[in-house]
Amino acid sequence: MAQLTYRESVSLAIAQAMRKDPKVFFIGEDVGAAGGVFKATVGLLEEFGKDRVMDAPISEQAILGAAMGAAMTGLRPIAEIMFSDFLAVCWDIVANQIAKTRYMSDGQITIPLVIRTANGGGSKFGAQHSQSLENWSMMIPGLKVVAPSSPADVLGLMNTAVNDPDPVIFYEHKSLYASKQELDNTDLSIPFGQANILHEGSDITIIGLALMAQRSKKAAEILKEKHDINAKVLDLRTLVPLDLQTIKKSINETGFAMTVEENPRLCGWGAEISSLITEHCFSNLKGPVTRITTPHVPLPSADILEDNTIPSVDLIVNEVIKKIKGE
Amino acid sequence: MVDISNDDIGEINRLKLWEMMLKLRLVEKKAYDLFLQNLIKGTSHLALGQEAIAGAFGVALQEGDYTFCTYRGHAHTLARGSSIEGVLGELMGRQCGLMKGKGGSMHLTDVDKGVMGSYAIIGAHLTIANGTALASKYNKTKEVSVCFFGDGTTNIGAFHEALNMAKIWDLPIVFVCENNLYMEYTAISDVTAVEHPAADRASAYSLEKIIVDGNDADEMFRTAQAAIQKAREGNGPSLIEAKTYRHSGHSRADPGKYRPDEEVKDWLENKDPITNYRKRLLDYNIDEKVISDIENKIKQEVEEATEISKSSPIPDTKEIFTDVWADGGYEWHN
Ligand SMILES: Cc1ncc(C[n+]2csc(CCOP(=O)(O)OP(=O)(O)O)c2C)c(N)n1
Ligand SMILES: [Mg+2]
Repeated sequence: MAQLTYRESVSLAIAQAMRKDPKVFFIGEDVGAAGGVFKATVGLLEEFGKDRVMDAPISEQAILGAAMGAAMTGLRPIAEIMFSDFLAVCWDIVANQIAKTRYMSDGQITIPLVIRTANGGGSKFGAQHSQSLENWSMMIPGLKVVAPSSPADVLGLMNTAVNDPDPVIFYEHKSLYASKQELDNTDLSIPFGQANILHEGSDITIIGLALMAQRSKKAAEILKEKHDINAKVLDLRTLVPLDLQTIKKSINETGFAMTVEENPRLCGWGAEISSLITEHCFSNLKGPVTRITTPHVPLPSADILEDNTIPSVDLIVNEVIKKIKGE
Repeated sequence: MVDISNDDIGEINRLKLWEMMLKLRLVEKKAYDLFLQNLIKGTSHLALGQEAIAGAFGVALQEGDYTFCTYRGHAHTLARGSSIEGVLGELMGRQCGLMKGKGGSMHLTDVDKGVMGSYAIIGAHLTIANGTALASKYNKTKEVSVCFFGDGTTNIGAFHEALNMAKIWDLPIVFVCENNLYMEYTAISDVTAVEHPAADRASAYSLEKIIVDGNDADEMFRTAQAAIQKAREGNGPSLIEAKTYRHSGHSRADPGKYRPDEEVKDWLENKDPITNYRKRLLDYNIDEKVISDIENKIKQEVEEATEISKSSPIPDTKEIFTDVWADGGYEWHN
C-alpha cells in the first residue's frame, strides 16, 4: 500500500510506460534536469538519461512537431506543454497537423503520441496560466481528450494514453497535483470512454471533469449529510471518446442532470453533453439540464475574484438544492 | 562548354536527372490541362520551372529516407517514385489517388515511398520533419529526412524553431528553401530583412551559408548529395537555399501579373532547368536519340497514367467516415 500524490503519479506513470516500452520517450521544457515546473517529472532524467528525457528549447511548435514526426515512424512520444494555455502558440501543430494527418493520408500515417499539459485554475496565476481548455481539443476530430481527477486515474489513463495508437491530449489539473490517494497497485489501466461514478445517488446526476468532478463529489457528500439529497456524480475522465451510455443510464434513472465545467460558458463541453441528454433522455427528464460554468470572462487573478469565478462546492450545493426543491 | 574529362556526375546519373525532371514537368503540365478540362477541382500549386530541386533530391535520396514538402508538392512526391496515376488520381479525386481523394492536391502522401506528407500551413512541416530525423537518431538508423519549403516560409516562427532544434540535437536532416523570389503575390525582398531569406539566417543557427543555382540540375545534385551524406554520417543538419523561379502563378487562380514581364521572360527563356539541361546532355556527347527516347517514354507514361486516372472510379461516400482513428472509424462516443 502506497500513498501517492497526483503529481507523483504523473512521473510514475511516465516511468512505468518508459520501462515497458523503449519506443516511449519524453520531451518538454524544463522537464529533465529541473523535473518540471510542477515537479511532476522528477526522477525521469536520472532513470532514463538524456536520450529519452529531452529538455527542449522554448519552442512549442518544434516540440510538438518533433513529437509528431517521431510518432509517424512508430515511436511513442510523450510531449509536455508546460501550461495548457500555451497550446495556443502551437495550435497549428495540434489542430491542423496532429489531428488531421491520419485522415488526410487515408490512414497511411498513424500518430501515437501523448501531449500532457497542466490545466485549470486555482493557483491565482491569472487569465493566461489558468484556463481549462479541454473543449478546445474536444471540438477537433482526431484528438482524444483525457482529464484525470485522481492519482489512480492519472496512472490508469496515462497507461492507456501511451498505448493508444491515436493522439491524446492529457490535461492534468494544477489544483489536483497535491491531492493524495492510497493505492495497492500502481500498474493500472483504465479504458478510455468509461466514466467513473464518484458518488451514488438517485435524485440527480452531476457530471464533472477533473477538479470539477472532485468538487461535485464533495458537494454530493454535503447534499446527502445536510440536505437529504442523493446526487449521483459522474466523472467523465475522457471527453473523447465519451461514455454516453453511462450518462444516459444515469439520467434515465435520476431525471435531473447538471454539468459542472471550469471553462467559460460558451461552447463548453457541458453544452455538448446537455444537447446529447436532451436528444437521448428527453422523455425521462424532470426538468431542463443545468450547466454550471465560470461566467463568460477571462479568469481574474486575485484570491477573491478567482475563487468566485470558478464553480465552488457551495455553488454546486446551492444549484442542486434549487433544482431539486424547485426554489 | 563543359569539361568532359572531369565529370563527377556521370552519364547514368545525368540521364536519371533528365528523366526525373521531364516526368515532373510533363505531369505538372498535364495537371494544368486537366484543370482546364475541369477534371481537377479545388486549388493546385504547380512547381513548373522548379523541377531541378525536387528532381535532384529524388535521384540523390535512398529508399527509406523521409521527405516532407509543401502544397506545391506534386513534383516532390513524384520525385520519390510515387505513381503518376496516384498523383493525378488524387488531384482528380479518384479512387486510384494516393489517398483516395481524402487529402487532395495540397496533401499528397505516400509513406511507402518515404513521402511523409505535403503540408499546407506554412512552416509546420519543418518541425515535423525534425521528428522523423529525431527518430532516426533515437533508433540509431541511417535514414535522412529532407524538408522542402519556400522563401516565404523563412519568415514564420516555425522555421526558426525548427532550425534551432535541428542544430542543438544535430539531427540528420536537410532543409531546402526553394527561393522562387515570391511568397504568394509579394516579392520576398519586400518583406524580408535580409537579402537571402534562408542562407542569411543560417549563421544564427551555426549552419553553413549555402546558396545554389536551383535551376542547374548538376549543381543541385552535387549540393543535395553533400548535404545528404553529411546527415547520413551523423554530422548534423544543413540549410540549402536554391534560387529558382516558378513559371506559372502561385496557384491555379493566379495569373502572376505582379511579376515584371522582363523578369518572367528571362527565367523562362534563359534559365529554364529543362531546356538548359538538354543542351548540357548534348555537350556531354549524349546521343540525341537517347535523350528523345526518354522524352517519348515519359510522354507515353503520362498519357497512360492520365487514362488510368480518368477511368478510375470516384470514391465511395463511405470513405468520409474512415480513418479518423487508428481503428479505421470516426466514432467519438459509445
Ligand atoms: C501559416 C500560413 N500563412 C499563410 C498561408 C497562405 N499561403 C499559402 S502559400 C503562401 C506563400 C508561401 O510562399 P513560399 O514559402 O515562398 O512558397 P511558394 O508558394 O513560393 O512555393 C501563403 C502566404 C498559409 N498557407 N499558411
Ligand atoms: Mg516562394
